[in-house]
Amino acid sequence: MDLSAINPVLLIASLMVAATPLLLAAVGELVVEKSGVLNLGVEGMMITGAIAGFATAVESGSPLLGFVVAAIAGAALSTLFAILTQFAQANQVASGLSLTLFGLGLSALMGQSYVGIKPPQMQDIHIPVLSDLPVVGPILFGHDIILYFGIALTAAIWAVLKYSRVGLILRAVGENHDAAHALGYKVVRIRILAILFGGACAGMGGAYISLIRVPQWTEGMTAGIGWIALALVVFASWKPWRVLLGAYLFGGVTVVQLNLQAAGVAIPVEYLAMSPYLITIVVLVILSADKSSAPAALGRNFHASR
Amino acid sequence: MKLTKLLTGAAMALGLATSAMAEDKTKVGFVYVGPVGDGGWTYEHDQGRKAVVAEFGDKVETVYVENVAEGPDAERVITQMALQGADLIFTTSFGYMDPTINVAKKFPNVKFEHATGYKRADNVSTYSARFYEGRAVQGTIAGHMTKSNIVGYIGSYPIPEVIRGINSAYIHAKKVNPDVQFKIVWAFTWFDPAKEADAAKVLIEQGADVILQHTDSTAPQAAAQAAGNVITFGQASDMAEYGPLPRVSSIIDNWAPYYIARTKAVMDGTWTSVDTWDGIAPGMVGIGEISDAVPADVKAAALAIKDSIADGSYHPFTGPINKQDGSAWLAEGETADDGTLAGMNFFVEGIEGDIPQ
Repeated sequence: MDLSAINPVLLIASLMVAATPLLLAAVGELVVEKSGVLNLGVEGMMITGAIAGFATAVESGSPLLGFVVAAIAGAALSTLFAILTQFAQANQVASGLSLTLFGLGLSALMGQSYVGIKPPQMQDIHIPVLSDLPVVGPILFGHDIILYFGIALTAAIWAVLKYSRVGLILRAVGENHDAAHALGYKVVRIRILAILFGGACAGMGGAYISLIRVPQWTEGMTAGIGWIALALVVFASWKPWRVLLGAYLFGGVTVVQLNLQAAGVAIPVEYLAMSPYLITIVVLVILSADKSSAPAALGRNFHASR
Repeated sequence: MKLTKLLTGAAMALGLATSAMAEDKTKVGFVYVGPVGDGGWTYEHDQGRKAVVAEFGDKVETVYVENVAEGPDAERVITQMALQGADLIFTTSFGYMDPTINVAKKFPNVKFEHATGYKRADNVSTYSARFYEGRAVQGTIAGHMTKSNIVGYIGSYPIPEVIRGINSAYIHAKKVNPDVQFKIVWAFTWFDPAKEADAAKVLIEQGADVILQHTDSTAPQAAAQAAGNVITFGQASDMAEYGPLPRVSSIIDNWAPYYIARTKAVMDGTWTSVDTWDGIAPGMVGIGEISDAVPADVKAAALAIKDSIADGSYHPFTGPINKQDGSAWLAEGETADDGTLAGMNFFVEGIEGDIPQ
């Protein structure tokens, strides 16, 4: 056992990278659920974004363009869900599950010719002086731009939901769609926009895995992160900052447990392997002891005639 | 009326034709643990399947199911294949062992081939490759090449096949570099690119400049490439797209000759239950080209090991070797028997850390 082999600075830097895909997907889903829609297709939208972004980055040579296309692809896939649930009044759980299955298959098909190819690298930002600072530099100023975007997005969503009129309307639709409708808000239109936003976020989260975290394309490479994002939204009581905390905690414990293993700590590996899930759930359950609860209209379909 | 008759006749003729054809064809099924595009383990099994198609053409029909989880799900998939009339089914992961045996009991006329397992029956063969022979070559290169004297090893599951590989690599790295130290991370997955990449990054951050992997994706290769100054080895497949650096060599699983031979045996009616465990010599384990990033003398040493294993003059597990706890395992000059190797559940002396139980 040699704990000195673990470098805490590199550890924190890499946990931020490990957490970002989860964070992007989860804050997107948070907005969707705040509008009263439960979209279980996060995994499918992520993996579609992963291959769409990867393919674009490889073909164009620009990772940034890859992220844009990944967002578009994720949103495009979520359109399918929006049509099914908002116009055809299909069951949201079933539609979401089928979206995941569809996304996994579609991505495998799209990705057939991209296996084993290396994508262009996303440069980490480099701010003179700041990035070269010891400790603070690598943790705060040495990442790729998407990572900062994820944090900024979380802040923006929090501010919008809490302080803005748009956020109030979105929450109203999610809490009581009949009342929102009676007030003259276009429930279906607002929900569709939320679904598209969630799709775009999930798509970007997927692309972060295929372009930065791994970086390469293999089938099924999201490996369940979409499902963890869904669970995270619930455990975080639909609060953006708790989603961020949960994502970092999950990413952090994942990286720490691998570090402990490599350092030869005498804790049985099985406990280490389950620790990310366990610790994240425990912390967020303790935090959610206050009275926050799910949006009242979550998962309920809306039709103006009812 | 006339038209209906004509159509019926045509349909009947067609039906007869297809059933006649189906009798001619030997149907071979493959169950894969990962996607065929993983670039490693499953990819090579699928290359073997394609070789069977190329060899027998119209006389065989192959089917495969990918991403089959080990456990009950596998049993369902294998049963389905047997019900659909497969004559021969290859189940290509260790965790399919019990499902394969269970299904084989229900279909005595179907032949089964389970990769890397040890349970056999009248209609179940097992086959595996002596990957540890390739690990000996990798260990030799790793011991010579490491500057930090730390070699990172990404293990999948703590099963004999993986433990053998770790031991073999360690013994041969230690032989050429007494200061070498192995850091082992258990990923508890065969295929999860994100997790494998994380594991590789962690090992690199902790000072490893050689990464060996026993997982199936190319993600650790990509992580090593991003880090720079780290060397890796292709696992199961050549992974040549990551050469000449970080990938400096590889173990290539070549299943094609075996798959062709076993399919032929089913066609001829000569199939019997056997236990095949082939290594470098028969070509089931291939060593990928050692890249120019490796100095000439190291390359020569690695090739010498490979050749001496191939001609049978050297066994990778030759004593004196002690177990991790210091107790004697092999005396001077003694070589390990296949029984011990097949069930290997201990580290050799010098490796730190415990095998998860």
